[in-house]
Amino acid sequence: MDSSGWQLFLDSFWPIVWGGISGTIPLAFASFAIGLVIALGVALARLSKNRVLSGAARFFVSVVRGTPLLVQLFVIFYGMPAIGIVLDPWPSAIIAFSINVGGYGAEIIRAAILSVPKGQWEAGYTIGMSSGTTLRRIILPQAARVSVPPLSNTFISLVKDTSLASLILVTELFRVAQEIAAFSREFMLIYLEAALVYWLFCLVLSSAQGRLEKRLDRYVAV
Amino acid sequence: MSPSEIPADPLAPRATPDDAVLLTARGIRKSFGDNEVLRSIDLEVRRGEVVVLIGPSGSGKTTVLRSLNGLETPDAGILSFDGGPDLDFAAKVTKQGRLAMRDRSAMVFQQHNLFPHMTVLENVIEGPVRVQRVPKAQAIADAEALLERVGLAEKRDAYPFALSGGQQQRVGIVRALALKPDLLLFDEPTSALDPELVGEVLKVIKELADEGWTMVVVTHELGFARQVADEVLFMDGGVVVERGAPGSMFTNPREARTRQFLDRILRPLD
Repeated sequence: MDSSGWQLFLDSFWPIVWGGISGTIPLAFASFAIGLVIALGVALARLSKNRVLSGAARFFVSVVRGTPLLVQLFVIFYGMPAIGIVLDPWPSAIIAFSINVGGYGAEIIRAAILSVPKGQWEAGYTIGMSSGTTLRRIILPQAARVSVPPLSNTFISLVKDTSLASLILVTELFRVAQEIAAFSREFMLIYLEAALVYWLFCLVLSSAQGRLEKRLDRYVAV
Repeated sequence: MSPSEIPADPLAPRATPDDAVLLTARGIRKSFGDNEVLRSIDLEVRRGEVVVLIGPSGSGKTTVLRSLNGLETPDAGILSFDGGPDLDFAAKVTKQGRLAMRDRSAMVFQQHNLFPHMTVLENVIEGPVRVQRVPKAQAIADAEALLERVGLAEKRDAYPFALSGGQQQRVGIVRALALKPDLLLFDEPTSALDPELVGEVLKVIKELADEGWTMVVVTHELGFARQVADEVLFMDGGVVVERGAPGSMFTNPREARTRQFLDRILRPLD
């Protein structure tokens, strides 16, 4: 790399990182938080004995997993105005990503709930708990431990998938990089730099995952 | 051996016919699909009494126990506590009815079913604090006293995985006691334990019996049954084949099937 390339790399590093801190990360965290709530609701609906509820949940999961995220994003941002719903880029992106996390997360949470032995439900019932309290106090804390690794996977995928939001005009990491690249014409350098910054973010998140797993593992023999 | 030669039970009977009936079950039936596991079971438990259910695997004894606290819902039959209103399973059992029934008893499971994400103390106070709304300080004091009694005071902050099988089961018993139930239900409490750990658990159960706790116990430990039971019910094929005091039933069973079962367990090599 010649000195002007190195200088460009340094000059664009903080703008790209800032695009991540102000765009990518809040977008990912907000979507993941909302998505988890959706996922839990959908997982419980799928486990419900009510056939309409479990059928609806199954349908939701099937559609979310069976259609490209980019298409979902475009339907919400470019498609919805046709039926009179006009949303700004940010809300559109958060809605699309939340729904996506909801679909994938639902299956993870459902499997995690099913992995808790039936005796734990029974123990909850015999100390007088309702099924709602048993779920909240006994089952979900144990399911959480099981679901952290796969949900972390979903989260890290999400962090990278937020780059798609650049296509509906959300200013995030990748969009900043695109603008710098278009201006400087140094596509290779800038896009590799963007990849590096994504990777750095994901390294930090992975180490947070490791710490969370360790904390949740404190009650099992390792 | 004639009845007069049977050594006197070292424990005076805790329940007398004058004691109030705590639990009455009549005509309890239950099928799983085509498999009829209970065909009209009658059961009466007086306050302070220890009723032991024995019988081969698949005889329905665990299903009886689980029906007494609503883990199974019988297809038909009547359950009543303290001569109170009947719970009629042929009609639709309301959620309130089931919860009220559940509040009367506490269960000790074969696989202890302790909550693995909670410490010993948290396991014990969970029911009192979350369900019975006992003030937390009070619940902790009660729990510590109970743990002290079963010799596990120093384990209060341990997680279940760090305990031996016998210790886990003793915590399971304490968790049940902490609810201050009228009736303790034991579902094969020692069947999952290593043989050398069985004694410490049976000892605790026997002490509770001696203190006058009312209990229904499903077990394969006949020696233990003989020592603690006021009444033994031998079940086979979903019916109670024989019932009576343990001394007479174990030495002098009336029914051929009871004799066969006892022989197989007491003299497996003959």
